[in-house]
Amino acid sequence: MPQETGKQYKQMLKSFLRTQGEEDLYLGQQFSRNFIEKKIAPEDVISLHKTSIEELIEDLPPEVSISFDFLIEMMIHYGLALKEHQSLIRKQEAIQMEMDIAVRMQNTLLQTATPEVQGLDIGWISKPAKQMNGDYVYFLNETSSQVCLAVADIIGKGMSAAMHMSMVKFGMDSLRYEKRSPSEVLSFINKMIEKSISDSMFVSMFYGKYDTDTATFRYASAGHEPALFYCAAEKEFKLLESKGLLLGVQEEAKYEERTVKLEVNDFVVIMTDGVSETRTENGFIEMDFIENLLCQVKSENAQAMVDYLFNELSRMQDYQLHDDFTLVILKKTK
Amino acid sequence: MEHGSSIEINTEWDIVAARQLGRNEAKETGFGTVDQARITTAISELARNIYLYAGKGVIKIEPVRAGQRAGLIITASDEGPGITDLQKVMEDGFTTSGGLGAGMPGVKRLMDDFRVETEVGIGTTITATKWLH
Ligand SMILES: Nc1ncnc2c1ncn2[C@@H]1O[C@H](COP(=O)(O)OP(=O)(O)O)[C@@H](O)[C@H]1O
Ligand SMILES: [Mg+2]
Repeated sequence: MPQETGKQYKQMLKSFLRTQGEEDLYLGQQFSRNFIEKKIAPEDVISLHKTSIEELIEDLPPEVSISFDFLIEMMIHYGLALKEHQSLIRKQEAIQMEMDIAVRMQNTLLQTATPEVQGLDIGWISKPAKQMNGDYVYFLNETSSQVCLAVADIIGKGMSAAMHMSMVKFGMDSLRYEKRSPSEVLSFINKMIEKSISDSMFVSMFYGKYDTDTATFRYASAGHEPALFYCAAEKEFKLLESKGLLLGVQEEAKYEERTVKLEVNDFVVIMTDGVSETRTENGFIEMDFIENLLCQVKSENAQAMVDYLFNELSRMQDYQLHDDFTLVILKKTK
Repeated sequence: MEHGSSIEINTEWDIVAARQLGRNEAKETGFGTVDQARITTAISELARNIYLYAGKGVIKIEPVRAGQRAGLIITASDEGPGITDLQKVMEDGFTTSGGLGAGMPGVKRLMDDFRVETEVGIGTTITATKWLH
């Protein structure tokens, strides 16, 4: 311990013994930050106190003096616990930095460009509840008249979910020029996941393909949330459901494929359970709640609709998402 | 060696004897109260590990002199099971005492030099040195 610190301590103690005033205590506490900053262990502080008091009081009873040795012994483990704590904090900071890098990498790796398609307005959002997003949106512009999209949700969270997500992406990338139908894509990704991912990792995925020439939307689902279809003529919502197991459950799983035709101002809403299972103080929301929100903004463009839903639903959760939130809207404009 | 000696660890009471020996040696070498307590704590942890995990072993305490520097070397050796994953054991937060800062990383912090030689099925020798400043 620096000699200067020792002298100052003794001086402050002396003053306090005389005044017993609050001011000295206040200054003492300010001074104690010095100890912490200079990484002076609690046992050293006691030892300093012992030396100081021995010098300040001539006829200090020897038992009192010796009792500080006992206190020093008591403090050794406190000192160790403090050092361990400090080292664990540094470790945690290092882990946090790694995590930030991983998040940035994931974002770069998984970024997808919103396609420009004649007559189709596309809006979407995907927000993680924690650092790593377990939801994923993927667009693929196969030809000028066809656009594919996948919305996936990894059952499982954090880092490992993110790593598996990358695999799913590269699986879909590899099908780029093959013009596969939605059910074929799901079968392919399912086989890939089944082979290579641990037993406890499953993925739900909604895969759709819109054809501008016929204005049809073909879709298949692997255990994913049903999508919503809004029919402007009937002013009504329908569920777009399609049978299929989660990806990674069974190698030979089959995926049903369905089609819906879009008229002008019709739109399709694809989401993950972070949207449909929004939890509020009063429990889970119902699907018709989402339908009502959508109706309020149905004449806006797709991105404005998406943003509105996100703002409303995140406000209802006090801006603390419980689950990753992903929403895609495809709207036929002409 | 001028002084210094060793203690066999067989029962929990031998841990106390090892501590006592360590404290005396530390005092004689010229360590202050705080360092005496640190050295004793390190001996205590090492002796306790011998008692708990190897059953029996020896704690040796001897003064050293290297040029101008004087210090104390503690050697804890046993022919017990050895330590399987030394890297884990030296990680903070791994000990069964969890979060109390004790254990092997604690011993390392209390002393200036710290070395472990261990082989599974053969035994463990830990050498730790504290220098007078
Ligand atoms: N002398 C030894 N022989 C065999 N194993 C040991 C020995 N010393 C320590 N270990 C192993 O290292 C682990 C960590 O020891 P330590 O850091 O002292 O923490 P704790 O004793 O609280 O578990 C022990 O649980 C034990 O498995
Ligand atoms: Mg131990």
